[in-house]
Amino acid sequence: MEKTVNHKAWFLVLPVLVLVAFSAVIPLMTVVNYAFQDTFGNNVFFWNGLGWFEDLLASDRMWNALGRQLAFSGIILAIEIPLGVFVALNMPKRGVWASVVLVLMSLPLLIPWNVVGTIWQIFGRVDIGLLGYTLNSMGISYNYTQNPVHAWATVVVMDVWHWTSLVALLAYAGLQSIPDAYYQAARIDQASRWKVFRYIELPKMMGVLMIAILLRFMDSFMIYTEPFVVTGGGPGNATTFLSIDLVKMALGQFDLGPAAAFSLMYFLVILLISWVFYTVMTNLDKRG
Amino acid sequence: MAKITLENLAHSYSPAPKGPEDYALKELNHDWQDGAAYALLGSSGCGKSTLLNIISGLLIPSQGRILFDGVDVTRAPTAERNIAQVFQFPVVYDTMTVRDNLAFPLRNRGRPEAYVAERVAEIAAMIGMEHMLDRKARGLTADAKQKISLGRGMVRKDVNALLFDEPLTVIDPHMKWELRTQLKKLHHDFGHTMIYVTHDQTEALTFADKVVVMYDGRVVQIGTPEELFDRPEHTFVGYFIGSPGMNLLPAKIDGAQALVPGGTTPLAGTYGAVQGNVQIGVRPEHVRLSAHEGLPVTIRRIEDVGRHRIIRADLMGHDLNIIAPEDMGVGADMTRAVFDPSRINVYADDWRVAAA
Repeated sequence: MEKTVNHKAWFLVLPVLVLVAFSAVIPLMTVVNYAFQDTFGNNVFFWNGLGWFEDLLASDRMWNALGRQLAFSGIILAIEIPLGVFVALNMPKRGVWASVVLVLMSLPLLIPWNVVGTIWQIFGRVDIGLLGYTLNSMGISYNYTQNPVHAWATVVVMDVWHWTSLVALLAYAGLQSIPDAYYQAARIDQASRWKVFRYIELPKMMGVLMIAILLRFMDSFMIYTEPFVVTGGGPGNATTFLSIDLVKMALGQFDLGPAAAFSLMYFLVILLISWVFYTVMTNLDKRG
Repeated sequence: MAKITLENLAHSYSPAPKGPEDYALKELNHDWQDGAAYALLGSSGCGKSTLLNIISGLLIPSQGRILFDGVDVTRAPTAERNIAQVFQFPVVYDTMTVRDNLAFPLRNRGRPEAYVAERVAEIAAMIGMEHMLDRKARGLTADAKQKISLGRGMVRKDVNALLFDEPLTVIDPHMKWELRTQLKKLHHDFGHTMIYVTHDQTEALTFADKVVVMYDGRVVQIGTPEELFDRPEHTFVGYFIGSPGMNLLPAKIDGAQALVPGGTTPLAGTYGAVQGNVQIGVRPEHVRLSAHEGLPVTIRRIEDVGRHRIIRADLMGHDLNIIAPEDMGVGADMTRAVFDPSRINVYADDWRVAAA
């Protein structure tokens, strides 16, 4: 069959092209422009080459933020993945309670980020917050606005509270797909509980767990709203993660050049890590 | 190895069964003799797998007891019963090598490594997988995986019984034959009590010393292949065993002859008054076409299956199958069918009635 040639079709694609151009391509190119140029006002730009990148890479500021960011992502993954799996293993497999538990588990996921931040910001306050007040009246000194360790603990616990459900739900889905015959065979083979987990449940969950790790890594690596609402990046710079630092640089100090260079590198790091994850995941599927 | 006794055993999947129709397995008393090979035969959903799972302890029956050599194990967990079971679909531990899969049941029981290695080598040779021992089980074909499952079931020497739940469903036909022969040989060599669930009569008849035929949650007959063929105790057995199955015709019994549609046919024995829904059953092998004697039939179709011909005929609106030798000419005058009197069974409400 011959293809009908009709150039009017382009008009139908045009709105999408315009939308994407204004929402993604033009802003991104603007960022690229800022990253390689400098200006002293009046919309006059000078070519700056890799100047901003060199400045940033030579300064401690970005490296510190990156270090905090990696530490944060590492900690929450180390807590949320095992905890999520543990929760999933203990969720009821069928019956009314299965549905009830599923709904309860999804609740934290439905709450907007800034509301989560606000909840924990108030919850942890020393004067009126249930957590902060209780801890202090029990004689445990706790103040996330002054003590960096307390601020970190608060932000980490908040993220665990918010996102462990996601890992648990994904792991639960993986567990539900295991046919009963596997468990029956394991009972006949006299496998211990640990061996059932190690040789049946974990291998069957591997796929969804990789997705969970990837999702949680990406999300936590880009985290902004919750720590911003709770600690505002403080005390000092203790909880200033990459995106908080970036916003400070771009909008607080209005250093658009360095901020643009910063965001490009930020973007590349995420792209790189995601690519590594993706490669590992697809190889995991093919292995055998 | 053990004798397995079932006492008043019944099972219902519903927590509060109201009548017999709620029971997946109706009340049953039976001894599985130590060291015999049994086949549990029946169509899908007749309760075979339920019975098997009760024996292996994966299911606790709603009523009755199971005894292994006289010891009550009704509520004992699977592990304590020391049983091996192979499932319909292959169950392998994907991340382990074939070797580790086969060794798994032995290692879990803390057997010495040297013994494990020796058993694994024997079993691998039996299932023909010696060359794959170091491969990961993931990514093997379905029949390779099922062979591993079979091997894992057979690797322990001291099991009380070996249970098979339609294990050859996913296996290639030629491999099926080979594995079944292997199982028989294994049974012959080691004398395990074996229970083999299947809906394939050839599989059941070739594998087992005794075939247990189940129908609608009930054991309808236990017998040797020969008994099932010659004297089916229930019309289901007659119909299920044989290819094609037994012909069943509504009848009235009058002493030593049966009134069937189209006329009468003599019986080998004399019967008293037979009540209920009365039928006679005769196997296609024992019906013969004739030009002069017997009941009037119309031949609808002749199927040539190589070693003999199956004649599909109609007797006053009832299907009648006849197996005729390959060399017999079927002329236009062959419009009558004769039943071999000594091979006719009489049924009342589906159960066989013996001659007086």
